[in-house]
Amino acid sequence: MKLITAVIKPFKLDDVKDALKGAGITGITVSEVRGFGRQGGHTETYRGAEYKIDFVPKVGIEVVVDDAAVDAAVDAIKTGASTGKIGDGKIWVSDVDRIVRIRTGEEGTDAI
Amino acid sequence: MRNRALRIISGLGGVVAVLAITPSLGFAQDVYEPTTQDVLNNIWVFMAGVLVFFMQAGFALVEAGLTRAKNVVNIFAKNLADAIVGVLAFFACGFAFAYGGDSKWIGDSMFFLSGGDAFGIAEEGALSLSTDFFFQSVFAATAVTIASGAMAERTKFTGYLIFSVVMCAFIYPVVVHWTWGGGLIAQLDYGTDEVPVVFSDFAGSGIVHMTGGIAALMGAYFVGPRIGKFGADGSTRAIPGHSIPFAMLGVFILWLGWFGFNPGSELLADFEVPRIALNTMLAAVSGGLATTIVIWAKTGKPDVAFIGNGVLAGLVAITAGCGAFNYAMSAIVGAIGGVIVVFSVLMFDKIKIDDPVGAISVHGVVGAWGTLAIGIFARYDDAFLGRENAGLIYGGGDAGPFAQLALQATMILIIGVFVTITTGAVFAAIKATVGLRVSEEEEIEGLDVIEHGLPGYAPDAVTSR
Repeated sequence: MKLITAVIKPFKLDDVKDALKGAGITGITVSEVRGFGRQGGHTETYRGAEYKIDFVPKVGIEVVVDDAAVDAAVDAIKTGASTGKIGDGKIWVSDVDRIVRIRTGEEGTDAI
Repeated sequence: MRNRALRIISGLGGVVAVLAITPSLGFAQDVYEPTTQDVLNNIWVFMAGVLVFFMQAGFALVEAGLTRAKNVVNIFAKNLADAIVGVLAFFACGFAFAYGGDSKWIGDSMFFLSGGDAFGIAEEGALSLSTDFFFQSVFAATAVTIASGAMAERTKFTGYLIFSVVMCAFIYPVVVHWTWGGGLIAQLDYGTDEVPVVFSDFAGSGIVHMTGGIAALMGAYFVGPRIGKFGADGSTRAIPGHSIPFAMLGVFILWLGWFGFNPGSELLADFEVPRIALNTMLAAVSGGLATTIVIWAKTGKPDVAFIGNGVLAGLVAITAGCGAFNYAMSAIVGAIGGVIVVFSVLMFDKIKIDDPVGAISVHGVVGAWGTLAIGIFARYDDAFLGRENAGLIYGGGDAGPFAQLALQATMILIIGVFVTITTGAVFAAIKATVGLRVSEEEEIEGLDVIEHGLPGYAPDAVTSR
C-alpha cells in the first residue's frame, strides 16, 4: 500500500477530486497548507513598510491506495492539478506499513 | 446764528431719535430667526443622515460576508472608496446638478455648494445648506455603493472608482433632479386641474435603490460572471461566502441605518417620523418572514443569507411608500418584496448574470416594486401625493383608481431607461479603456494582494526584510 501526497494549487482541487473519482479512488484527505518550491514569493508594502510574501497558499492532498492503483492515481492528480504555469505543485509516493479501518477493525487492503 | 444752530441740533437730534427707536430696521430685517422647531428639524435630519452614513458599513459587511476571504480587502476598499469619491463628486457638482435651480433637465447652480447660506435658514421649515447637503450626500453614497456587491470578486479597483465618480457626479444627481429636484418627472401630471396626480417616492425606492440596482445590473453584465460560477453545462455553482457573521451584522446595520433613511426623509421633526419608522420596521420583518417561508419551502432549509436579503428587500420595498401606507399595507408590501427577491435571484442566475450578493434583486427589482406599490396601496398624503387614498385599492382618491399607478409606472420607465443607458455607457467605456475586469490569474489568486498589496487575513508570522 502506498501513501500519495500532493501539493497543488487551491483552485485545482475540484478537478483533482473528479479525476481521482474517475480513476476509481475514493477517500481523500485535504489540508490547507502554505509553501513554495522554486516558485518565488513577492514583495508588498503594509502601511509603508515592505514585507515579503514567501509562502503561497496551497492545498495538500493525501490518498492511500493499493500498489496496483498507484500509477492511475498519480496520473489522475497530475492531470487534474496541471495548469502549465509555475507553482503547479508536486506529487510524491511513500510506503504505508499498516492501515486500519476504525469502525470495523479491518486491516490491509480491506481497509483502503 | 442761534436759530441755525438750533435747527441743526434739533435736526441731528431727530435723526438720533429715529435711529434710537427703530433698532430692528435696516439690514437686520432680512435675517430669519429660526424657531426651536426649525432647530429640531435640522438636528433630526442631520442625525438621520448619520444613521444613513452608517449603512456604508452595513453594505461593506454584507458584501464581504457573502464573498470569498481572498477578496475581502478589495470589497472593503471598494466600499470605502465609493464613499470617498462619491461624496467628493457630489460636493463638487452632484448636489448642484440635483438641486441647483429650476431647469427641467439638470441643475445649474450651487457647484461646490456656492451661493447658499452655510449658517442658517431663509424661512420656516427649511433645512440649512449643511443639513441638506449632508443628508443628500449619504443618499448618493448609498446609491453608488449598491453596485459594488454585484461586481464583487472580479472588478478592477480603478474601473470601479471611475464608475463611482460618474455615478455621484452625474447619473444619480440627474435622477434626483428629475424627481425631488422638481424636474422632468416631478412635472408630470396624470390628473386634472382640480386633482393633480404627481409622482411619489418618499425616501427613494426608485430614485436611490432602483437606480443603484440598475447600475449593479449593468456592471455585472459588462464585467461578466466570476470564473467557475456557471458550468459549461449551464448549471449554476454555489460560491459560498466566507463569513455569515459579517453578512448578518451587515444586515442589522443596514436595518438600523434605514431608521434614518426613511423617517429622516420627512425632513421635519414631527410625529410622522416614528410612524414612518414603524412602517419601515413592519416591512422589514414581513420581508424577512416571507423570504423565510418561500426559501424553506423551496429548498427545505431556512437559508440565512437569503433571509437577510429578504429583510433588506422588505426595507427597500417600503422606502417609497413609508409615508403613504398604513401599518398593514407596509407589512404586505414588505412581504411581497420578500417573495419577489427569491424569484429574482434565481432568475438572474438562470440568465447567467452573476450577482454574488443579490444586489440587483434586492435594490433594482424590489426598488421598482416599492415605487410601483405606491400606485396600489397609497392611503395617506405623504406630502408628495397631495391627496389621500391615491392607491388603486382605495379608489385613487378623486383621480380615478389607475392614475397614480400609471404615473408610478412611467416614473419607473423613465428612470429605468436613463440609468440603463448611462451606466451601461460608463461600464462599456471603462471596459474599452482602463479595463473593467481583473486578469484571470488575479481573479483566481484573489484580489487582495494583487490590487491592494495586503492580504485580508494575514497569518501572524509575517516575514519582513
